[in-house]
This record gives sequence, C-alpha cells and structure tokens, in this order.
Amino acid sequence: MEILVCVKRVPDTSENEIEVNSNGADIERDDLVYSVNEWDNYAVEEAIQLRDKVGGSVTVVTVGDDESEEVLRREMAMGADKGVLLSDDAFTGSDGMGTTAILKAEIEKGKYDLILTGAQADDGAGQIGGMLASILDVPYASLVNYIEVLDENKIKVGREIEGGNQEMNELNLPCVLSIQTGINEPRYVGIRGIRKVAKLEIPIHGASDLGISADSVGAAGARVKRVDYFVPDFGEGAEILEGSTDEKIEKMIEILKAKGGIK
Amino acid sequence: MGLQIFTYAIHKAGVADDSAMELIAAAGKIDSDAKVTAIVTGSGAELDQVCNTLSECCSEILKIDHEALAYPNAELIRKLLVKILPDNAVFLAVHDTFGMDLAPGLSVKTESAFVADVVEFEGVDGSNLKIIRQEYSGMVSTHVTCDISTGAVLTCRPGSFQPDEVTGAGGRVIDKSGEFGDISVGRRFLEVVEAEIGDVDITKSEVLVSIGRGIEDEDNIEIAEDLAKAMGADISCSRPIVDAKWLEKARQVGTSGQTVKPKVYLALGISGSFQHLGGLKGSPFIIAVNKNPKAPIFQVADVGIIEDILEFVPELTEKIEEG
Repeated sequence: MEILVCVKRVPDTSENEIEVNSNGADIERDDLVYSVNEWDNYAVEEAIQLRDKVGGSVTVVTVGDDESEEVLRREMAMGADKGVLLSDDAFTGSDGMGTTAILKAEIEKGKYDLILTGAQADDGAGQIGGMLASILDVPYASLVNYIEVLDENKIKVGREIEGGNQEMNELNLPCVLSIQTGINEPRYVGIRGIRKVAKLEIPIHGASDLGISADSVGAAGARVKRVDYFVPDFGEGAEILEGSTDEKIEKMIEILKAKGGIK
Repeated sequence: MGLQIFTYAIHKAGVADDSAMELIAAAGKIDSDAKVTAIVTGSGAELDQVCNTLSECCSEILKIDHEALAYPNAELIRKLLVKILPDNAVFLAVHDTFGMDLAPGLSVKTESAFVADVVEFEGVDGSNLKIIRQEYSGMVSTHVTCDISTGAVLTCRPGSFQPDEVTGAGGRVIDKSGEFGDISVGRRFLEVVEAEIGDVDITKSEVLVSIGRGIEDEDNIEIAEDLAKAMGADISCSRPIVDAKWLEKARQVGTSGQTVKPKVYLALGISGSFQHLGGLKGSPFIIAVNKNPKAPIFQVADVGIIEDILEFVPELTEKIEEG
C-alpha cells in the first residue's frame, strides 16, 4: 500500500504562550518553539503501522519553507520512507484551497492508495483532507480513530463522533482520511533517530516543478485572508485569587465548602 | 434585496438540534435582510416534524426524504447539495463532526470559498464577508475576510450564535426529494458503536476533579486522585489524558466525550478548549488552577488560581484532610 501523509510545522501550544505581536499582524514568533502538528504525528504513526502490516511505503509531504524540512526529517526518523518539501515564495499566503492545489499537483506525480492528514491543526481549519478528497474525486472520512484494511480495494474506518461514539464506514480505495489523536501511540523519536536520517535527501518541489501558475496559489489566489490577530475582551472572566499559596488554599477551601465542593 | 443563505439543519428523532436555529441566527448576522432557506435531509415522518419546527424560524425549507438519508452520510449529502445549491450560494453548516466531514469538500465541488469554525460574523463589505475565528485553542482570535462573490461554505461553532425569538415565519416547505436521483458514493455507512460505560458514570457526579495536560505525567494522576478522595469527588479529564491512555475514555469531558452537569467543576491544568467546555452543562461553579494566566479556561471559570498544579494540589489535599 502506497501511503502519503500530509504534515505541517506549527507553533507548539504546549510549549508556548501564544501572544499577539505589537501591530496585530501576526502572533509573536520570536522564541517560539515549533514542532510537527500533533494530529499529523498520529497520522504518520498509523501509516507506518499499516505499511508494516500490509507492505508498501510511506511518504511524508509538507507545504512550507526551509524550516519545514526538520518536521519531515522527524517523521522520517519515526519510520517514513521518503519526504518531499513543497516550497516556493509563490506559495506564501495560500488559503486552504491554495494549499490543496499545491498538494494535488504533487500527489498526481505519484500513485497513492491512501492519503492521510491530521484532523486539524492549532492554527488551521481542519480543511485540507476534505478538500483534497474532493479535488481528487475520491472518498473521504474525517476524524478517523480506527483503520482496518479489508482487501486491495476496501478499508473499514471508525470515525470519532459526538459523545465518544464511533461511526463505522467502509471506503473504496484510493481515499483520503483525516486522523484523530488517540488512534495509536506515536513512537518516540530521539536525537539519535534524527541523526540517522540527517543525510537522506529531501527533494524540494516549487511551483514550476509542479506545473502550478504562481497567481493561482499564495496570497494572489486566496479568497480567504487573515486580516489581523487580536485578544477579544471576554468581560470579567474568573475572579483570580491572590496572595501566598497558603492564603489561596485557605480561600479556595472556603469557596469549595460554600459551593458544596467538599463532602 | 438580501443575500440568499442556505443552512443545513441537524436533527435527531424528529427534533431539530439547537444548532439548526443557531445557523438561522448566524445567517441574520451575515445579512439582516437575508432570505434564509433551511435544508433538511432524512427519512420518514420525523422529517416533517423537523420541517414544521423550522418553518417557524425561516422563510423556506427544502426537504429531501429518502431512505438512503436515514443516517447522515456526508459523502451522499455532499453530492446531493451540489445538485440542489444554486451557483454562488452562501451555505452554512455547524462545525461538528458531521460538518467537518461535509463542508471542506463541498466548497471544492461548488467552487466556493471556505471558512471553518466561525464564532462571529460582522457583516459584508462589498463582496467580502467579515468573520471572526479563533486560533491556538482560543488563545488568540483573528479577523478574516472571505470573498463570497463566487459563493461560500462556512461552518459555525456550536453555541456561538444565539437563536432569535421564534417569529412564526410561516416558512414554505418545498419537497425536493426528486432531486436525489441515483447518487452513488465510495463510502458506505455501517453502524454506530456506542461508547463504553466506565466504572464511574461521571455524568451523574456532583463534584468533579478534572485533569488536563498540565498533569504532565501518568504518575502524577495520583495527586489528583488523592484530592478527589479528600473532597469526595470523582475524577474526570480532558482529551489529551485519554489520548495518552492514562484514563479511560468514559472519564473524558467534552464534545467527543461525556456531557457532565456537576455542581462544582475543578479544572486542574486544563487549558479550556471549546470542545472541552462543550461537555460542561448546567452552569457548574468552575474553579480553574493553571500556571498559564492566559489559559482560556480563566475566561469561563468563576474562580481562578494561577499556580502549578503539581505543587499546589498536594498542599491543597493536605489542608482539606486536616479539616
């Protein structure tokens, strides 16, 4: 089974406080710690497990700048066979449709049975998987938390739906799935693992390699544009308890007792 | 004349979901003169009940009744909508597990712009719809513009739009079932597997001690369990704890987990994403402890304490045990 996984480099929200920069045009990016999008990690792990079970290969691809190479290398250290970086100045500012068009051009250079994406990203909209499936005219299922290969042409997938329930579906291959966290336990990648793949070549494909006209992607082709970032006024919010730790504990116990929080 | 805006109504057992009314309200935020058409798909008599409810709220309802639509398979419904929607339509769906399945691909097929998880509309300027979204789990918001001149597919966050007063709009129900024709899809719905019930039913708990990513390590769960024991509370958690397999799925609070209605909810190291808060009902008294003063949980909590739970909680437990 030839599997492609679309991944993305994002600011790591568990490592950073995200703040708006001084003019509101962007978030404060100095000193941000970046990592591979959490959902994508589960998608890559699932692809590797599927390949190990039924054979084939796993390719990871990303649309990004030079810095994005490090996330491809990290996923290759996990066990992906190949990495491809789609990078061009013309790609900057692409909306979801633009990113999808770039990925489609790369996908059509190869032949894939299964295409995986993360179900969403902290700075995204959970849109790429669904758009890719439609533009490739293949079936799609989102929020997938279970995959079983039935035969060469069919897979069974579970989708996580409301209330912790699971919706089971059968899909024809090729297809696109967006992967939900929790589907597996992504393997740990250490420095040594990354060193092992440090010398592997990662091809970079730009607009002309992909046969994409520059004005159809990037900011020029985008119908959806982010104007600015801001922190909304949420009104009062919580009453923040001040003082020493002991004072906070004392006050908190008082409140808990008053509200029936201590039996 | 106002824009024509289509909404897709979710319903269950003959009852329209709250989100069906929220989408109609959202359409009014885009354009107060909008002509709103609700689309209802399904099978059998319960569909008519839903159409009747919606006719009180909007001017037109398109009903598509077909046995293949008894369960909402997004692939089928997407193909159906491509047939039904006029060119350049503005279409709203709810940003839930169905909307996420349906909407991005629909925008490709209708050649429309797409924006997901909208929390507010601020009207239309020329051909640009002005939208507010959130990023990074609600830590920051963004203004977004969306060119709707070639149509738009937009998903709205559940609970973000207050339904209007029911006006008795006297909406017309138009039967479009004939449009279904012979749609074939490469994805077949099999069944829904219900969530397992755990050893403790947190939906019945009066006091919950709930842990999130801030607990950092499986071994640290013990400190929350000790606190819960001292308080006489049950343990629940947010999604990352279940993803890490540290607690069972039945302990998860949120839209993809359990909906709980305790009197008191103690959120320990939980950032407070909207998916998590979506599982909290009945206005519990929320106390949040988090070392990040910018954690969105402080926007909704009644009382907040800015401390590292790993240090704070053991001390709190000790004091409670002392009485």
